[in-house]
Amino acid sequence: MANPLEQFEITPLVPLRLAGYDVSFTNSAGFMTLILLLVVGFLFMGTRRLALVPGRWQAAVEELHDFVGGMIDENIGPKGRPFLPFIFALFLFILVSNLVGLFPYSFTVTSHIAVTFAFAAFIFVLCIGIGFAKHGLHFFELFVPPQTPIVLLPLIVLIEIISYLSRPLTLSVRLFANMTAGHILLEVFAGFIISLGLAGGAAMLLAPLPFLMNVMLYALELLVAVVQAYVFALLTCVYLNDSINLAH
Amino acid sequence: MDAAAAKLLGAGIATFGMGLAALGVGVIFGLFLQGALRNPAAANSQRPNLLFGFAVTEALGIFSFLVALILLFVV
Repeated sequence: MANPLEQFEITPLVPLRLAGYDVSFTNSAGFMTLILLLVVGFLFMGTRRLALVPGRWQAAVEELHDFVGGMIDENIGPKGRPFLPFIFALFLFILVSNLVGLFPYSFTVTSHIAVTFAFAAFIFVLCIGIGFAKHGLHFFELFVPPQTPIVLLPLIVLIEIISYLSRPLTLSVRLFANMTAGHILLEVFAGFIISLGLAGGAAMLLAPLPFLMNVMLYALELLVAVVQAYVFALLTCVYLNDSINLAH
Repeated sequence: MDAAAAKLLGAGIATFGMGLAALGVGVIFGLFLQGALRNPAAANSQRPNLLFGFAVTEALGIFSFLVALILLFVV
């Protein structure tokens, strides 16, 4: 049975070295380029001939745009509009990379903690930067929920700070572990199909069972891919709301 | 007990976390269904909250799976 972790290996496609560092163009980078081309191509096709009554491509692009816009309006309010391009790009990139990873023989870019943590760390630093830029030292009011009794204040502030610092970690690990776990499951059941088939005789009759399991797992993985992209973007909006509006 | 055996045992124990998270996910969907059957008109407006709650709860189960993976392949 194949090692289920082999599918996550990063292999260099074009080996390059720069000043002693390995900066090869890897399969991960190749797939990110593919995702970039897909997203830009989709948006370009949708906005080529803009009409007041949209055709199908334009309607799809508008639908996505309104979806993300609605998410921002609901969670941040009018002050969040400047972040629409950022959240839109983030949502589309994660969505398409999750979905591209479901194709056979492809590679899931977001199944590496390096990629998802880069996103989450950037968002975390962005939130802190925006918080200090907009509110100065009042940003620390975020850690003091209103109407807490003074006696509990030190403990509550400590807990709030710890949970705030855990945000980039949970944000990145949620996406990475969901993708990794899903793909490991798919590969393990696919391995069962092969093992049962190779065993021959009566065992071959059982081989369709892991196949059916894999079909159902694919449906689940499709749902997880879309939901995880949505949740990542939604949580980014919530964290931005905490920084911009100091809402608690 | 040598380290390799302890790692395997630890990975096995970590799977309990996933069972508990599964209970949590069931609670979320069950309560959503309960509310949706009482007030079907308001059900669709709460679907984003449902998916968000499901994802956040399932994440905790995935964290315990992550602990199992770390024990098996990293440490």
